[in-house]
Amino acid sequence: MIPAAFDYAKASSVDEALDLLAADGSRALAGGHSILPLLKLRLAHADRLVDIGGLAELKGVAAHDGGLRIGALTTYRELLDSALVSQGYPLLAEATDRIADLQVRNRGTVGGGVAHADPASDMAGILLALDAAFVLRSRGGTRTVASRDFFRGAFTTALAPGELLTEIVLPPLPAGAGTAYAVQEQAASGYPIAGVAAVVRRSAGGCDHVAVGVNGVADAAYRAAATEATLRGTAGDAAAIAAAAARVAEGVRVQGDIHAPAEYRAHLVSVMAGRALERAIARSA
Amino acid sequence: MTVTIGAPLRRKEDPRFLTGTAHYVDDITLPGMAHAAVLRSPYAHANIRSIDTSRAVAMPGVLGVFTGTDFMEYNPLPMAWPAGGSAGLQNNVNTPRILATDSVKWTGEGVAAVVAETREQAFDALEAIHVEWEPLPAVVDAEQATQPGAPQLHENAPNNVVFTWTVGDRDGTDRAFAEAEVIVRQRLVNQRLIPNPMEVRGDVGRYDPASGEYTIWMSSQTPHIQRLLLAAFVMGVPEHKIRVIAPDVGGGFGAKIYCYADYAMVLGLSKKLAGRPVKWVETRRESYGSTTHGRDHITYLEVAAKRDGEVTGLRVKTYANLGGRLSTIGPGIPTTLYGRLLAGPYRFPNVWCEVVGVYTNTTFVDAYRGAGRPEATYVLERAMDLLADELGIDPAEIRRRNFLPPDAFPYRNPSGLGRAPNGAEILIDSGNYEPALDKALAIAGYERLDEAKAEARGRDKYLGAGLSTYLEVCGVAPSKWIGAVGEGWGAAMWESANIRVHLTGKIVLTIGTSSHGQGHETTMAQIVAGELGVPVEDVIVQHSDTQGTPFGYGTYGSRSAAVGGTAAQLAAGKVKEKAKRLAAHLLEASPDDIVYESGKLYVRGSPDRAKTIQEIAFAIDLGFDLPAGMEPYLDETAYYDAPNCTFPFGTHVAIVEVDEGTGAVDLVRYIAVDDVGNRINPLIVEGQIHGGIAQGVGQALWEGAVYGENGALLSGSMLDYALPRASWLPDLELDQTVTPSPTNPLGVKGVGETGTIASTPAVVNAVVDALSPLGIRHIDMPLTPARVWAAMQQAKG
Repeated sequence: MIPAAFDYAKASSVDEALDLLAADGSRALAGGHSILPLLKLRLAHADRLVDIGGLAELKGVAAHDGGLRIGALTTYRELLDSALVSQGYPLLAEATDRIADLQVRNRGTVGGGVAHADPASDMAGILLALDAAFVLRSRGGTRTVASRDFFRGAFTTALAPGELLTEIVLPPLPAGAGTAYAVQEQAASGYPIAGVAAVVRRSAGGCDHVAVGVNGVADAAYRAAATEATLRGTAGDAAAIAAAAARVAEGVRVQGDIHAPAEYRAHLVSVMAGRALERAIARSA
Repeated sequence: MTVTIGAPLRRKEDPRFLTGTAHYVDDITLPGMAHAAVLRSPYAHANIRSIDTSRAVAMPGVLGVFTGTDFMEYNPLPMAWPAGGSAGLQNNVNTPRILATDSVKWTGEGVAAVVAETREQAFDALEAIHVEWEPLPAVVDAEQATQPGAPQLHENAPNNVVFTWTVGDRDGTDRAFAEAEVIVRQRLVNQRLIPNPMEVRGDVGRYDPASGEYTIWMSSQTPHIQRLLLAAFVMGVPEHKIRVIAPDVGGGFGAKIYCYADYAMVLGLSKKLAGRPVKWVETRRESYGSTTHGRDHITYLEVAAKRDGEVTGLRVKTYANLGGRLSTIGPGIPTTLYGRLLAGPYRFPNVWCEVVGVYTNTTFVDAYRGAGRPEATYVLERAMDLLADELGIDPAEIRRRNFLPPDAFPYRNPSGLGRAPNGAEILIDSGNYEPALDKALAIAGYERLDEAKAEARGRDKYLGAGLSTYLEVCGVAPSKWIGAVGEGWGAAMWESANIRVHLTGKIVLTIGTSSHGQGHETTMAQIVAGELGVPVEDVIVQHSDTQGTPFGYGTYGSRSAAVGGTAAQLAAGKVKEKAKRLAAHLLEASPDDIVYESGKLYVRGSPDRAKTIQEIAFAIDLGFDLPAGMEPYLDETAYYDAPNCTFPFGTHVAIVEVDEGTGAVDLVRYIAVDDVGNRINPLIVEGQIHGGIAQGVGQALWEGAVYGENGALLSGSMLDYALPRASWLPDLELDQTVTPSPTNPLGVKGVGETGTIASTPAVVNAVVDALSPLGIRHIDMPLTPARVWAAMQQAKG
């Protein structure tokens, strides 16, 4: 539990951080709750950690274009303390409150967790359901990647070498939409075995906005397209929810491990989907 | 404040623990101290072709790199408790060396050691050691390991069998089965557990070149035994040249009883470094592979009974997984502490038990909180529920029909609780089982459970209740029984206590038992303060340093209060007697006329001329005016060898709800009615019961060591090994009955393990009861959502 030796550099601006990160073997250090355990277990290696933790320009939650901009270095605690989040995005507040423990929420950053891309991460499924976009900066410029194009596999994202996630952009929640997150955790780690985040608007004509993000099930968090299509246009009654939930793992390779064989996980995610959709619809105005 | 036994005092040791000022091994820093780290096998089974340390030796700060061949002057570790019994059976013994030499038998076995100026440098150098391995096929399942064609671990153990041990009456049991009106059978897996004391293990070793003496600070439950084993069995140096100190110890649960390779390693390294002290502290991940595990039984259970529920025979065959090599008392746990206890609190006329101890490519297995008794109780309490289910009799009722009645004691257990080769025998000394059962059922509202079950079904939950009416055997003694070769350590099991009353009035009690969290500094002080009638603050308890405490066998098996506490009480009695003799001299009376009351001594009828115990001690310690023949100083030692074990019992009730959709189990209520005899400190007793229940529930619902087919430990950290958390447990509803033990004058039994022994089957029985409408009669632990769901799917077809 002692990391191999590494160099340390503290960046005083995003540009300086990008210069430092351009070197081979450099890795970004934000809250440290993903990279440091990996280094301690010697499962990851870094020649140099570039500490971006002091970059104020990457912190904070602000209203933007009817939605939100969340600086990548915003901690989970700061998300929970933000009225913009609790009033505008109850899904984010509901899920953040149960991420890890108090110490991790105080130190861990939203951007760090997203860039780490653990396939079980609650935040990945939730940001997918919220149609988030990620702003990536490098010395070559800035680009924006939609959340559904960002998560590529286990601990693998659209981030290119030398690129830094700087901001998470949330569009406004569709007026009247209800949201919910249903999850069952692996007892030891507290990580989701199956988590389903649902954003559903049910109006007079039926469900006209359905977004379902899933984490913990496949090798990357994903949008459950079949579930969304099945529910869309229906009245959102129990039968429609059941039909939609049953398709939540369609098209993905469900993972199995010592805690949850694939067969169980596939069943569990449909139960979680049913529960998330039911609650989201009940909350839809 | 003068207290007597029974006062719920806050623990005297807690302020230093709560304020972070305690001294654990890792808090110890000595001048010139170097740091060791151990390279551990990545393979479960492999031959070592060669080890190249040349790159590691050249790394910054490295003082030396050593392999198994550098420690050949030390013997392999001792194995002190062969499975024996009346047949004097063969045990095919293989124990670890300080570091492996030719081959490794499990992932995590030590292969090489680096000593460096800093711990960080030592870890860096580990990565520079190159081992050329020859991987071999591995086997991790005890039953499979005995089958033809299984990979073989040791040349002297064909089919990987360490021993085959039996107990009971085979012919009588066979007859019972031939004549049985009903027979139930079940295969049960009692899964492997990983002890997780808050403080991992570690040592600081120091060799003094001037005197040739060794000092070791170790996180241990048994400092005196470790000195003996190191001296006589491992290192071959006289006992007086080794001093063992167990400073504050942050829990053990049994895993710190044993003689580990690192003890001689740090001492040997210090000697190689010409006396520089050497510290080694394991990481948590390292601990998961190289500190002992617990349980790991595969059991075939058969119960013979009459239709009215009376059990007529119990037949048990168990494969006990002992790991890749044997730990100090590994074979004793699944034999004496398991097979001999399979009748529990019941009047079973016939019991036959066969245990096969087996080597596998896994971490060695030894006692873990309860040590054999949780495994026996699990078999037994599942058996009662399986029989109740088969016969359609209520689980509480079937237990009543088989309980030993209150007039049965002392009771000779037919599975041979005692009857060692030398004739020593253990009788169950006392018991009264139905009142505890009645009390627990009343608290649980057992009569109204059907309503609760119906209500839960309306919420898509299955509700169930489970009972465990356990009997524990603890306060392990007497020496004649436990010391009979093959029945125990081949050693004694008495305890010791010394009391010195200083000139300035403080009373110092030194004891041979060794607290690793139990609260000896409070409990033992209460015993002595109560006996001497002095404020508990005036009694100072010292322990766990072989230089300065009388020899003792350490703390495990819930024995410190019953055996060590009695020794303390006897020592206090001797102090009183000597004080009376001096008081008689000073007060010009006969010792028979001296009254000792509340710390004062006076001639009967003249309490106004009393002398305090401190005044008497002052006079004795100075020795200016002693009666003829009296030695100065008030300093008394007592050794106590208990005539019998003690027998706590009780009833635990678990109430669970199972989620129909996910299979998740929620423990909604837990009731524990325990009879542990007299309670010295009820606050500490309840804390022990709380912790024990949490650990036992942990086995039932969450914990389990999982090995891959190739012998990799897949549950290798707390990310994959689920320890119980406070928020997962309901408020525990505790109550008691009190049947004082007739075996010791304190009337105490022991409480360190009752919770783990009782709670595991209570919870499993509750889950099976909840799912009985589906036709489910057994699920193997841990009852994770995935396993419960799979069982539900299978039951639904």
